[in-house]
Amino acid sequence: MAKNFFSTRVGIIVVGAVIGILAAALQKLGNPGNMGICVACFERDIAGAIGLHRAGVVQYVRPEIIGFVLGSLVAAYSFKEFKPRCGSAPMVRFVLGVFAMIGALVFLGCPWRAVLRLAGGDLNAVLGILGLGFGVWIGVMFLKNGYNLGRSQSTHAGAGWMLPLVMLGLLVLMLIYPQVPEKAKSGVLFYSLKGPGAMHAPLLISLVVGLGIGFLAQRSRFCTMGALRDLILFGQTHLLSGFLSLLIFACIANVALGQFQLGFTGQPVAHNLHLWNFLGMALAGLAFALAGGCPGRQLFLAGEGDTDASVFVLGMIAGAAFAHNFGLASSPKGLGPHGIAAVIVGFAVCLFIGFAMKKRIAA
Amino acid sequence: MSKIIDASGLSCPQPVLMTLDAIKSGSDGELEVIVDNEASRENVVRAAESKGWNVFDIKDDDENTRIFIRKG
Repeated sequence: MAKNFFSTRVGIIVVGAVIGILAAALQKLGNPGNMGICVACFERDIAGAIGLHRAGVVQYVRPEIIGFVLGSLVAAYSFKEFKPRCGSAPMVRFVLGVFAMIGALVFLGCPWRAVLRLAGGDLNAVLGILGLGFGVWIGVMFLKNGYNLGRSQSTHAGAGWMLPLVMLGLLVLMLIYPQVPEKAKSGVLFYSLKGPGAMHAPLLISLVVGLGIGFLAQRSRFCTMGALRDLILFGQTHLLSGFLSLLIFACIANVALGQFQLGFTGQPVAHNLHLWNFLGMALAGLAFALAGGCPGRQLFLAGEGDTDASVFVLGMIAGAAFAHNFGLASSPKGLGPHGIAAVIVGFAVCLFIGFAMKKRIAA
Repeated sequence: MSKIIDASGLSCPQPVLMTLDAIKSGSDGELEVIVDNEASRENVVRAAESKGWNVFDIKDDDENTRIFIRKG
């Protein structure tokens, strides 16, 4: 079998660089500040677009997310890696997805955006990345003590197609009910008139970039949480080199495009409550570590037929609805009214999961 | 007779953890690691090689991949 170039050190560095440059370009083409790509934010926008929450400033079906899943699906089929599988504690993964999203929305970004924020000069992201590392470290402690969610089983190809079909359905809805200028609703879909949800690159460009990244990330197994986990758990720097490559190339691209602005204040879609930037991302990092992948990786796994990862994605979308309906999500003005309580509950739930899921695997 | 580690149905990092545990636990002969996805195969091979073990055979069937490693 031919060696997979993208699984080599050079391969993952190339993928990180491509993602970093494309993210900066998407921002230039209309995506929100330091949010060329943010998996959590974009899933949250999708939740808003279909009315699961009614936060008017964050409602848009983000074609990047659709592209991530479908691009991975194409790559998986092209290289005979589409493996429909199910049954590794889906309910636990759903709950982890919910709290991963809540933690991410307290910080205001997933690990991808944390890196992109830093690459844009937002120093608050340093606290987020430190928090991510702390959360992943807690997860690694659980992994070392035997934490696992059990084996998956192979299932029908059709089951593996469920999330890709949902994504295809969202794309079809976007085509049937396209955005109408000055209208907050088109058919069944909500479209933000202002705020981050109103800022987006052209649909086709977003979709094509998403498809490309989905394809490359499936081949390379790119994972931002795995980058830190493998470093802490095994001392391995393979995935980390992709993560750092993303940071460096996004930074260079931002400087080149005039999008770099260094500092803690006045940063786009960010607050500077250091403790909560740290703890929000720590909660998200713990949830990602317990679920075995960052939010991007979960989308790519879903595209390969991993229905347990699909359930995690649905958990994140549901988590976004909770976050905005219950006032848990932060905004540039600061924390949501119940953000602190949500982080505490989230840690309690994730620690419970970490301690409770230690079923021995018979070798 | 090599020791068999069945990591089928598990995704990263479990297959790597199981492989490294077996390497650490003083196995100085050969190991056979069973995985069922490409990412796990790449990760197990990478981890084994980083510990100075060599992959001397890989067998694929419909469901699983069997990776044979021995101390280098």
